[in-house]
This record gives sequence, C-alpha cells and structure tokens, in this order.
Amino acid sequence: MSILVNSDTKVVVQGITGKEGAFHTGQMAAYGTRVVAGVSPGKAGQPFDGIPVFNTVRDAVQATGANASAVFVPPRFAADAVMEAMEAGIRTVVCLTEGIPTLDMIAVRQYMKGMNARLIGPNTPGVISPGYCKIGVMAGYIHRQGRVGITSRSGTLTYEVVDQLTKKGIGQSTCVGIGGDPVIGLNFVDVLEMFEHDEGTDAVVIIGEIGGTAEEDAAGYFRKHMTKPVIAFIAGISAPPGRRMGHAGAIISGGKGTAEEKMHALGEAGILVVPDPAGIGDAVSNMLSGRQKH
Amino acid sequence: MKIHEYQAKKILQDYGIPIPRGQIARTDEEAMRVARQLAGGRFVLKAQIHAGGRGKAGGIKVIDRIEDVGRAAWDMLGKVLVTAQTAEEGKPVRTLLVEEVLDIAKEIYLGVVIDRQKACPVILASAEGGVEIERLARERPDRVITETIDPAVGLRSFQANRIFYGLGLDRSLAQPVMATIIGLYRLFIEKDCSLAEINPLVVTDQGNIVALDAKVTVDDNALFRHPEIAGLRDISQEDPLEVEAAKHNLNYIKLKGNVGCMVNGAGLAMATMDLIKLVGAEPANFLDVGGGATSQMVKEGFRILLYDKDVKMIFINIFGGILRCDTLAQGVVEAARELVIDLPIVVRLEGTNVEEGRRIFSESGLAFTVASGLADAALKVGEIAKRQVL
Repeated sequence: MSILVNSDTKVVVQGITGKEGAFHTGQMAAYGTRVVAGVSPGKAGQPFDGIPVFNTVRDAVQATGANASAVFVPPRFAADAVMEAMEAGIRTVVCLTEGIPTLDMIAVRQYMKGMNARLIGPNTPGVISPGYCKIGVMAGYIHRQGRVGITSRSGTLTYEVVDQLTKKGIGQSTCVGIGGDPVIGLNFVDVLEMFEHDEGTDAVVIIGEIGGTAEEDAAGYFRKHMTKPVIAFIAGISAPPGRRMGHAGAIISGGKGTAEEKMHALGEAGILVVPDPAGIGDAVSNMLSGRQKH
Repeated sequence: MKIHEYQAKKILQDYGIPIPRGQIARTDEEAMRVARQLAGGRFVLKAQIHAGGRGKAGGIKVIDRIEDVGRAAWDMLGKVLVTAQTAEEGKPVRTLLVEEVLDIAKEIYLGVVIDRQKACPVILASAEGGVEIERLARERPDRVITETIDPAVGLRSFQANRIFYGLGLDRSLAQPVMATIIGLYRLFIEKDCSLAEINPLVVTDQGNIVALDAKVTVDDNALFRHPEIAGLRDISQEDPLEVEAAKHNLNYIKLKGNVGCMVNGAGLAMATMDLIKLVGAEPANFLDVGGGATSQMVKEGFRILLYDKDVKMIFINIFGGILRCDTLAQGVVEAARELVIDLPIVVRLEGTNVEEGRRIFSESGLAFTVASGLADAALKVGEIAKRQVL
C-alpha cells in the first residue's frame, strides 16, 4: 500500500495547456498515472493528447470523477486554482507552482478549514507511490516500489536520496514533497502520521532544511506517537544566517531555524540524524538490515 | 525584498503612524540644509543600509550643534559600514536620514510577522523596546505579548486593546497606540510584508507616540502587485555577483570559501555546500540553476562562478532526472570551452542517458573529473581541494 495516491487516483491537471503542465501531463501518463482530465479556461472541448479538457474543475469532476488535482498554474493565479479544486470536491490537491505570495497561501489555508481536502505543496516536486501513481515533476524511473516512506521540503535533494535507496535495492512506498515555501499544506507531522498508519511503510526518511519549525514539530510527533523508525537529513548546516537559500522558506531568522537546532531536536527524540548527504542510503540500509536481525 | 529605514517610515506615515521630522541627504550640503530646515537643537544622522546593528558600528550619530552636521555627514557618506549583521565587506553608505532628536520617556517594541505553522499573521509587542525581539523572546518570553490574527476577519479591536493594556502604558496613550497597532497590521497585509516592525516605538516626554526606527520586508513573490515597492530596490546594497545572477534567473549567494559549486535545486545545492564542508573544504557560493537545469542555465552559472576570483575549483552537481544527460553534458563542455575554464572541475551528473553524458565529458579533452554518485563526487572534491585549494 501507500499514502495519498494509489492506483485508484484519477487526476485532473489544472493548467494542462501551459508549457510545464503539457510536458508533465505526458510524463505522468507515461508513468501510468490515470490522468482523466485537464482544465484550461476557454479551451473546453479541445482534447489534449486524448485527454478531455474543461473550462472549470467542477465540469471536469462531474464528467470524469477526478479525485486528485495537479496544479501547474502560474504563481499569481495558483492560489485561486487550488481553492477551485477544493470547492469542486477534489480530495488531494498537489500544487507544483513556485513563487506564490505567502498571503495568498494564508488565504488558501483559511479557505480549506473544515474541508475534507488536503494540499501538498506549493513549490513541491509532488507525490509518487512508485508503480501506482505519480503526480508531480519527478523522474519516475529513479523510484522503485517498496516499503520506505520519504518526505521532504526539497526537490532534487529528494531525487538524490531516492536514487541512493533504489541503487541499494530499497524501494519506496510513497515519496511526498511537502514544498519549500513558508506556508504550505501538509506538513511533516501530517505525513508522518499517514506513514505511521500505512501498512505498506516500514520506515521513514525525513529530508528537512533550515527555516521554520517543521522538523522540530516532527521530532515532537515522533517522540509521542511513532513506532516506526525514522531517519533524517537536514540541509543547510553551512548556510549563512539571514539569507534565503533558494526556497522561500529556507532562511535562518533571528538565530532561529538553524540546521543544528533541528538536528538536535530530531536526535533528542530518538531519530537517527545522518550528517552526510551522500550517506543516507547506507544509513537506511544499515537500519533495515539491523532490524531484520532482531 | 528589503527596503531602507527612510522608505519604511514613509510607508508608516502613509498609514497614519507618526514618524520623527526629517529628510534624507546624499551629500554633506544636503545634510546641512535638512538640519537648517528642521531647526531645533540636536540632530541624528542615520546611515541607510540594508542591515541592522548600525548603532554599535557607528552608523547612527547624534549631533549636538548644527554647525557639526556637515562634517559628520561627510565622515559617514561614502563609507562602508560593517555591522554585526553584515558580511565582512559591509554595506556602502550612500544615503543618510537626518532627523530631529526626541526626548524619549519610554521605548516599546511592535512587530507583525507570519506564523508559518498556523498560517496566519502574528502581532508581537513588548514594553521593552529597542532590544532584539528574538533575544527577548528567548530569554524573557513573559515580556513578549503575542496576538494571533485570524486573517479571515483581520485584527479585532479587542486584540489591539489587549496589546495596549498588556504594555502597561498610561491610559491617555490608548488612542494613538492602538491606532499605530491597527495601522501597522493594515500595512503588513496591504503591502504583502513578511515583516513590519517598529523598534522602538517611543513615547516622548511630551506624551507623543513616534516610530523612531522601522523595518519593512516585502514578500518577493508578491512584488508583481506592488510596483511602488519594487521601485524602491537599492542594488548598491546587494552583492554585484548576486545582482548579475538574478538577471539570469539564477539563485546565487556569495560565501567565503573557494570551492565554487553549481547545483540544480535549492535543497541539493545546500546539501552540496554541506558536503564540501564535510570533506574539509569551504564552499565559495550557493548556486541553484533551477530544478530543471538547461545547458543555457549551466553556461550562465559558469560565468558567475568565474567572476568570483576566490574560486579555485568547481563542483557541478546536477540531478537531472527527466533531463537528458547527454544534451546537458554537451552544453557543459561547450560552455567550458567557450569560457576557457582552466580550473579543475568535478562533475557529477545524473539523469536519463547518464552513461552517454559521462562519455562526452571524458572524451572532451578538458580537465573534467567525472564522478559517479554523490559519495564518489565528495571523495574527488576532497582530493582536489587538498591538492589545489587548501
């Protein structure tokens, strides 16, 4: 099994006719994702690669029964697109867009209160349950079906970790990019909770970075509620304070949000913190084989 | 985006928050003219730079006699100010804010920030103004008042009320202080701020409320709807290489080391810097050429790295995934040829057609050290760094 997406997931792509949306729709479909619809206002009735296109998400849901959305809409319209998907009853919304204003995301978080929807991202590579479904921009072929869950604030660094695992023959249940922005939908704690209850996941890798307190919160959750082992890597031990390291959310402000603090909090909670980004695959491999001996 | 104190104060004024009387000056003559217009006895000259910690670094000077203003301005202008919050190179002082000196009875802290986890704005206040709020929150959390704002309904009167009474001020100040709180919150929302701070907000001996110092930082992602703020950018406060990189949509931050690195994706770029440090060398920069790096972006990245004279070797770490490594390798080789790069280059490329990509590097006749995997790359960077750099 897996979390968030599986072979029952039917995806509508918002912004399917844009450059990114078009390219990744093809990639997702080629991976085996059931892309059932696209939305592009004003372009209804012009199928895209055989996929029906609608003016609104509501139309797409009514006609195709889509239950997940991939948002490839430009930053200034993206928050609106996320809300539209949720209003139309989409349960799982994956927002790939980078550069959405923080206050727009605050409005989204307000809007979704009390709704049965979950948001992944924005500024995320997406989510993939290898072998079943990929909603995002990651390369499918580096993944392998398996029992390790991964959750991360980064894109290419996640690919790096997945690659290390796959090359050691360790497959993944689901990989969830929670996104690199300051205000996001699902956080590490939410994803850890899902992995803890997922029968298809034996262990979890967290890939965190400087800024905010998502890692500290994850440490707190682990200590109180988790039985499965967790391994963590935190990027940015060499990052200078006060500078935004690429991701809008990756900034050490007022001495808070440093890699040291996060590593300390995770370690204290009993999570194995790997200092070497090249050694994450080895660490997971050692942990899994150690557990088998017991 | 950071803006100067005088620009922040102008915005505060637009929102009805009182600021000291004053004007900016870019020459000593202008400073004298401003002082004459202000009249009164004493003046303060404040260096306008994009960093805090100015007071201790000599960036804020109180002048007792009007005839000394020109001389003091002359001394400050054109200098580079190094404070606890700047890099070693400091920030150039091109503009001074010349203001009246106020008789201060009390200093208050007032700020609005975003709580990332709760996804809402938070107002922070403290009766102990003038100090660093982060330090105060750490050492004396009981002295910091926190009001979480529901963005759907905005700041409510009872909350402004609660902050005011929490500050323990004289009741006669209720109206001006609450108006300041409400104004600052409105400004924060309407200007898409990530930080709006008055530190200190002072009560003068005459019982007036004045924003003595202010800091406003605007969300870069929201600048498209605030052209009036985008126009306030002062590139003299930014590193020239960073300005050049930004023109090409590259995310670049200059650091102190000498191993230049070029990576796709911010997280991997940070991890690559960490790795360089782990093998005993120092990264010269953070450079993210974008998650979907293209040959063109790699070429622009190369140029930026070569402009940095501290760079003694280069480490390229691209996890392309969907990108074809052969096309990318071709681009890297061409760029290296064109730019005549004679520094050692360790390259690690991952993605579709990776074998073909590696072959292109080894057959290029250029000094590429091709690594397979991150661990191997780290080893190779470490070896070359020991020989060439350290």
